[in-house]
Amino acid sequence: MGETLVLADWAVQAGTLVASTLRLATPLILCALAGVLCERAGVIDLGLEGKMLMTAFTAASVGVLTGSAALALLAALAVGVALSMLHGYACVTHAGDQVVMGMALTMTAAGLTVVLAIAAFSLGGQTPPLPEAVRADRWFLGLAGALEEVPVLGPMLGVLIGQALLGHTGFVYLTLLLVPGVAWLLFRTRFGLRLRAAGENPAMVAAAGVSVARLRYQALALNGVLAALAGAFLVLAQNPAFMPHMTAGRGYMALAALIFGKWRPGAALAACLMFGFLDALAIRLQGAHLPQALGGGEVPVQAIQALPYVLTVVLLAGFIGRAVAPRALGVPFRGGHDR
Amino acid sequence: MSSPTSDLPRWVDVVVLPLCSLLLALLVAGLVARVAGFDPVQVLGLLVKGAFGSRVGIGYTLYYATTFVFTGLAVAVAFHCGLFNIGGEGQAMVGGLAVGLAALAWSAQLPAWLMLPVLVAAAMVGGMLWAAVPGALQAWRGSHVVITTIMFNFIASALLSYLLVNVLKEPGNMSPETRAFADSARLPGMHELLGALGIDWPRTPLNASVLLAALAVPAVHLLLRATRAGYALRAVGHASEAARYAGIAPARMVVAAMAVSGALAGMVGLNEIAGVHGRLLLDFVAGAGFAGIAVSLIGRNHPVGIVLAALLFGALYQGGAELAFELQGFSRDMVFVLQGLIVLFAGAMSPAVASWLARGLRLARRRQGAAASPEAARG
Repeated sequence: MGETLVLADWAVQAGTLVASTLRLATPLILCALAGVLCERAGVIDLGLEGKMLMTAFTAASVGVLTGSAALALLAALAVGVALSMLHGYACVTHAGDQVVMGMALTMTAAGLTVVLAIAAFSLGGQTPPLPEAVRADRWFLGLAGALEEVPVLGPMLGVLIGQALLGHTGFVYLTLLLVPGVAWLLFRTRFGLRLRAAGENPAMVAAAGVSVARLRYQALALNGVLAALAGAFLVLAQNPAFMPHMTAGRGYMALAALIFGKWRPGAALAACLMFGFLDALAIRLQGAHLPQALGGGEVPVQAIQALPYVLTVVLLAGFIGRAVAPRALGVPFRGGHDR
Repeated sequence: MSSPTSDLPRWVDVVVLPLCSLLLALLVAGLVARVAGFDPVQVLGLLVKGAFGSRVGIGYTLYYATTFVFTGLAVAVAFHCGLFNIGGEGQAMVGGLAVGLAALAWSAQLPAWLMLPVLVAAAMVGGMLWAAVPGALQAWRGSHVVITTIMFNFIASALLSYLLVNVLKEPGNMSPETRAFADSARLPGMHELLGALGIDWPRTPLNASVLLAALAVPAVHLLLRATRAGYALRAVGHASEAARYAGIAPARMVVAAMAVSGALAGMVGLNEIAGVHGRLLLDFVAGAGFAGIAVSLIGRNHPVGIVLAALLFGALYQGGAELAFELQGFSRDMVFVLQGLIVLFAGAMSPAVASWLARGLRLARRRQGAAASPEAARG
């Protein structure tokens, strides 16, 4: 009996760690995919953080005010796409600076969400908790329950598979499906080929009679949808309500993951899972003590939190492989069909 | 960043365009204020009163402006070399960290006349180091400075938080702060300096850093416009390949520009840590690095423009803080909305605004022409 208990404790730890890794990685994956799409088309997106924050606020307030999950999600998607269109108007149509645009979106969103939340709900910048009906359902709970019923192995399967992989919200599974989806779109369709060409050699695309501006707008629209899903996830699945600055730099971490993944969906997924795992680990080890062999003392959680950024810098410096950005990334395209 | 925008007349490009962008940002912010249930005109009035209506208000406004002059110049120097330094936030943190470490180490032994120059140097060296590394990675490894400086912001914040929580925290203090520095490491306040001159000035956070900021403005201007190094720096920013043919090493100039930029951002740490708090704590930068981007954009990267923009932002921050007291439900975040909108209209959308302006000018001219032509036909 004692034996199984020890084993179970280890398994429970692993199960919860995998589960929280998945949950923490989901908004990162969505944002990284959003970034992959528009950066592959040649548009830098430093505004992911702002888009995610604005759409999270939209989903939360519409959810609270209407009590409808569908309306909350639709509103978030509309705001996400609208922000991306503004991004396109400034940077594709008028060749404005893409980096500055991202900063502008993020800075404005940080202030605007708080101002509007105070005006609408008077809760110091939060929204009220979302009603249960609006929150995303957890999937495969029945299967998880069935696993626990399995003789002998039941408890083990229950934590290692049931708790770790089942019973997440639909967002998590949809996100995991979107990774091959985006990869297929980018690398197996004509649209994807043209989109990538717009990011590598836009003059060639224009010479072939295809509008670079149109492609970049399309990429931005998809980017808005994905960023909105990430924002909606934060309030419909992860947190009970909108909080000021709740994205807490995740948009930038997704950017790091996309660079780490060398602008490829699959590799970006791996980076997001790694960063999500580090995040989960840091939360778990908060206040824990190092083993005596390592000198005791508290675990330097901040070091774990900083690791994704340090690793990205090391990668960018070319010390582990080489991250090569799309060649026309950040360069506005003037001429051809644009004007 | 703001590229030479269009075929607008120069006076429109230099004066009218930034003013139009500012006006647009104010209009949209006013709309947001209206939606949030405030009267924009009343808000603006109270804001100006809070910022300039009293000597205390002016003191605070100048104190904020000091910080924005430093971060605005930091962004501008990097920009003149063709670099976008988003890392002002992290560089200011490390500057403040260096100030704190130096003060904790030596403030008990050294007299003020020795300690204060050490602190100025510490602030500059701290910020410089934190910017020179991304600069060097850009120069020799081709890592994009925008991305690395963002990453360095997060790393700086983690470093500061680790050191404060685990190493430097004053025993028995609940919040992550160090013990207070000895008096020799406190930058004199302007009320003390002016008092010594016989001028009565109320006690505000405004301190001797403002004098250093006032020195930094002409110094940066001279560096960029009147020295060989400044010329080389701008040459690299303008046309890196051409500069190489002229015998300038672009890589070195990139590192140098980032180092100067970081040193300027690091001075924020001096203003906050040695000038105001007298101890090292968390969150003393509070977005000043990002505000610097807005300041340099609206100031068109010119020292005079930056001073004006810094005063504007100082007034906004101080006025916003006053408003949060005066108006029930008014949040200081309204100021951040305006700041973001300024970056939007004066930065990212400045080509768009320029094209609107050009269209407006063309329309006006055509109308003028239409009004003039019948007379010409008659004559």
